[in-house]
Amino acid sequence: MRVGALALQGDFREHLAAVERLGHDGVEVRTPDELAGVDALIIPGGESTTIGRLATIYGLMDPIRDSVADGMPVFGTCAGMIFLASGTTGVDQPQLGLLDVIVERNAFGRQVESFEADVRVTGLADPMKAVFIRAPWIDKVGADVEVLATVDDPGGGGEHAVVVRQDRILAASFHPELTADDRLHAMLIDLAEER
Amino acid sequence: MDTSTEHGTDRVKRGLAEMLKGGVIMDVVNADQAIIAEEAGAVAVMALERVPADIRAEGGVARMADPGLVTEIINAVSIPVMAKARIGHFVEARVLESLGVDYIDESEVLTPVDEFHVDKRSFTVPFVNGAKDLGEALRRIGEGAAMIRTKGEPGTGNVVEAVRHMRLMNSQIAWLTTLGPDQLMNAAKELRAPIELVKEIAETGMLPVVNFAAGGIATPSDAALMMQLGCDGIFVGSGVFKSGDPDVRARAIVEATTFYQDPAKIAEVSAGLGEAMVGINIDTMPAEERMQDRGD
Repeated sequence: MRVGALALQGDFREHLAAVERLGHDGVEVRTPDELAGVDALIIPGGESTTIGRLATIYGLMDPIRDSVADGMPVFGTCAGMIFLASGTTGVDQPQLGLLDVIVERNAFGRQVESFEADVRVTGLADPMKAVFIRAPWIDKVGADVEVLATVDDPGGGGEHAVVVRQDRILAASFHPELTADDRLHAMLIDLAEER
Repeated sequence: MDTSTEHGTDRVKRGLAEMLKGGVIMDVVNADQAIIAEEAGAVAVMALERVPADIRAEGGVARMADPGLVTEIINAVSIPVMAKARIGHFVEARVLESLGVDYIDESEVLTPVDEFHVDKRSFTVPFVNGAKDLGEALRRIGEGAAMIRTKGEPGTGNVVEAVRHMRLMNSQIAWLTTLGPDQLMNAAKELRAPIELVKEIAETGMLPVVNFAAGGIATPSDAALMMQLGCDGIFVGSGVFKSGDPDVRARAIVEATTFYQDPAKIAEVSAGLGEAMVGINIDTMPAEERMQDRGD
């Protein structure tokens, strides 16, 4: 299996290391040609405005949309989740609109509010050590989106979705690639193998 | 979610720097410049009162930026905001932390106040520090720095010193990996670095934190050069807003940082950029004007 990571900006090397640990080939994707050669795509953590701008000017938006429409599985973490979403509360920025959710950027606050916590994810036996860095959460979830994990708003605003799945699209607002826990990456590879 | 949430851990502090990799962090002195930087694709901005080229030209004591200005910049953009504190000035650092800045640069660009650096482990906000070589990097990491950058001569538009620091860093890391366990204590003594970190580098062959290029980067090719030497990303100080057309140059440096291995793309983004900032020859600079020698 060849698993690509969008390598415009962000922690794509950590994602590719996770792919390699699972015994698959990890490749960097910066162009539509490189995208055409992969069986699944990871959109890494990073700055979503930077990734969105570079993906737009280098003509990657439609090729990614077309590949996902053809059934290519995709996994986004943090900025990757924002980039996959259909909208962002309060701001306007380039997004793929593939995942039917509205996200809120920096929802937990600025860097001093960044944190790690154990999060239970549906389908995984043990909790994940989740690293949230200026992380988004999901404000609104579309009908076809399955919520796999939630966390409480530290401000008392109730629960918010932080891991979701819609068909072959998987997204997390935290960074499994910063830990040695590769279970969500394994889920992506299972989606690619089912295909 | 389980009730145990931890803030300010090494993983959380170092993690933000991981997210900035492959990106460009730009010096800005007001909210308008911050917006231009964000729109150009900067991954973060560095708030300061004067860019290094002006600090160099005007002289005097350079301090933390006005808190009102820092807040204006924080409110103007959605990307992370960093700000500079003087070396050793733990009160400036506390003030910046209270304003909600996302990273503090304990920077030689400002005038140092102490021979000791800030005890960065006592903060929740992460710190970036400059380093000319591996020993300096490991001393700063030992104090709690969560990100390192080269200490190229700021405000000169001359990348030679940043290149020198990165080459030295790479060769010292490679050297450590060739040593046996019986040689590491001596290496720690030679590098004047904590033994635990020396052991870690000898084993992994890499720094435990992200290392960006900083100091003298003025062109897209400079940015790509530093990326090819192994830097994780780029700080641009005076290079953007002291040039003829900041908006276009900012975009070009962002694109060259992503496509650093592609000379044709670098050529394309470099064409017709207008005037680069005026450069300074570091060899003829008096020793007391060298900022990289501040802090060690």
